[in-house]
Amino acid sequence: MADDTTATEDAPAEEAPATDDAREAVLAELTEHLGDAVVDSLIKPGLGLWVRVATDAWTEAADVVRHKAGFRFFDFLSAIDWLPSPYGRYEDATVDIPWPPPMPDRSQAVPGYTGGDTRFQVLASVAKPGTALRILLKADLPDDDLRIGTWIRTYAGAAWHEREAHEMFGITFEGNPDLRHLYLPTEFEGHPLRKEFPLLARVVKPWPGIVDVEPMPGEDADDEAEGDEG
Amino acid sequence: MTLLTDAQQLAYANAQAADGRVNVELETDDGMTLNMGPQHPATHGTLRLVARLDGEQVISADVLCGYMHRGYEKLCEVRSYPQVTTLVNRIDWLGSFANEVPFILAAEQLMEIEAPDRAKWIRTILFELSRLANISLFIGDLALQLGAQTPAFLAFRDREFVLNQIESVTGGRFHPNFDRIGGLKDDLPKGWIADTKAAMVRIRDFCDLMDELVLGNEIFQMRMRGVGVIPADLALSYGLSGANLRGSGVDWDLRRDSNIGLAYDQVDFKVWTHPDGDSYARSWVRLQEVREATRIIDQLCDSMPGGAIMAKVPRIIKVPEGEAYVATENPLGEMGYYVVSKGDTGPFRVKIRSASFNNISIVPWLLKGVYVPDIIAILGSLYFILGDIDR
Repeated sequence: MADDTTATEDAPAEEAPATDDAREAVLAELTEHLGDAVVDSLIKPGLGLWVRVATDAWTEAADVVRHKAGFRFFDFLSAIDWLPSPYGRYEDATVDIPWPPPMPDRSQAVPGYTGGDTRFQVLASVAKPGTALRILLKADLPDDDLRIGTWIRTYAGAAWHEREAHEMFGITFEGNPDLRHLYLPTEFEGHPLRKEFPLLARVVKPWPGIVDVEPMPGEDADDEAEGDEG
Repeated sequence: MTLLTDAQQLAYANAQAADGRVNVELETDDGMTLNMGPQHPATHGTLRLVARLDGEQVISADVLCGYMHRGYEKLCEVRSYPQVTTLVNRIDWLGSFANEVPFILAAEQLMEIEAPDRAKWIRTILFELSRLANISLFIGDLALQLGAQTPAFLAFRDREFVLNQIESVTGGRFHPNFDRIGGLKDDLPKGWIADTKAAMVRIRDFCDLMDELVLGNEIFQMRMRGVGVIPADLALSYGLSGANLRGSGVDWDLRRDSNIGLAYDQVDFKVWTHPDGDSYARSWVRLQEVREATRIIDQLCDSMPGGAIMAKVPRIIKVPEGEAYVATENPLGEMGYYVVSKGDTGPFRVKIRSASFNNISIVPWLLKGVYVPDIIAILGSLYFILGDIDR
């Protein structure tokens, strides 16, 4: 039932073409303007474009994607802590978790798409209005110096996202004058989304839900059909 | 037990005790400070607004949120993929099924599986029913905030038809937790399609009623027209989405432009925009969206395919290593999940991009220079759900 309202983008996820001309063109444009600052990139055809830029080119990258490439819609900005949690998944959590926790070796922090050398990475997404195109931008944050440029001059909406990333990860966005706590109380200490920050609710009471494995519809629930709630 | 040091315990206790205090100076030399909330009917929950006034005019306003922050991003890291949906249900609690869908789609994208057609159809119908439940209440609530009682009761009355339909499929009126990786938990009950189409007729009647009673009302128009104007470029820069963006004239709807894993490419619907960018435009676009949603549901009910509702999925779900960002056009705007998987049974990191967070971040800019009664009109027309801000 094709109609004129769906003419803009012909469902890119359906065909999954081997190449993705639209995203290749965006990447070429970014590389042209940013040069060596584009450290690494990844295109999943029809699904997404990931670009990692150099840390000191973070602010410049925002200008380029907005003003040159036309990605005027600000999606979100956050960060990722690539270190595995020292508590695992709290599956056998008891109150005896030692403090400070035995931190995993630094070499276990393995960044995902587009690689990286550091434990923390900032992550931001911008989109082109009227299309399905989106750029996911990443940048490394040196382990001993969690500072990076701000995006608020380019995207006004980044202000709150940077406040959130600041309180949750302890990242300082240079040039953002208002990095007060957003969610957390003013007196709160620590950075909750860092992996070493314990999830106290799970520590004081082990999670019972781990035993509930629900059988899939249509699947034979012959072997241990426990937790079969309707 | 050597869990935390004394200093950390003290910090935690202080943090718990400090939730009523904020770092805002309440006494000013000139003018007065108006504090709204955290418990105020116009804030749909516990949002706090501190405005500095000069007479009746707002000089500056600050939004203080976090009274309901539940740390979902942290909690997602310790849950398995099927357990996350019950959590994210509570983000936008008026359209809860719509919260599950982008997360499930992101997981499906990483696992490279696709739900069967019937599951896609039912998902889309439930998605649109969530939109009806959400936005029909918005219209009644907006009128309530502007001083009209009746539309709120009518909205609650007619929303029941939608909630009953959601309940009879999923068993839950507000938190269905019905979406699964690879499909849905269950098929539709007998006779459901006919009931749904009957309910859509009721909702269309409700829309006509609201068109006359609320949007056509002279007082409503005086309160809303020309108030809280957002230019399109600024709306994009703040990341406003949904009707707030389309009310500023940006013709962009993720349902039409980047449909992933839902059946929107099979239906004929119009994306409404309004060029004015004011409070009235946003409300008007929302009302039209309700009408379009009933049309989408009708078309999908007519073309419902048969077959399975669940793809072949392993019993223990492990998502391969990778990253995916999937966003959908939720009732409040664009909602997306950035899911990072390390090949485990649960996500390594989930970044929740919720619509209201961006939508409300424009408030300090938007309230500058407006008059006090307009604060209510603007906040009402931006339409946010606290759970969607605080996550």
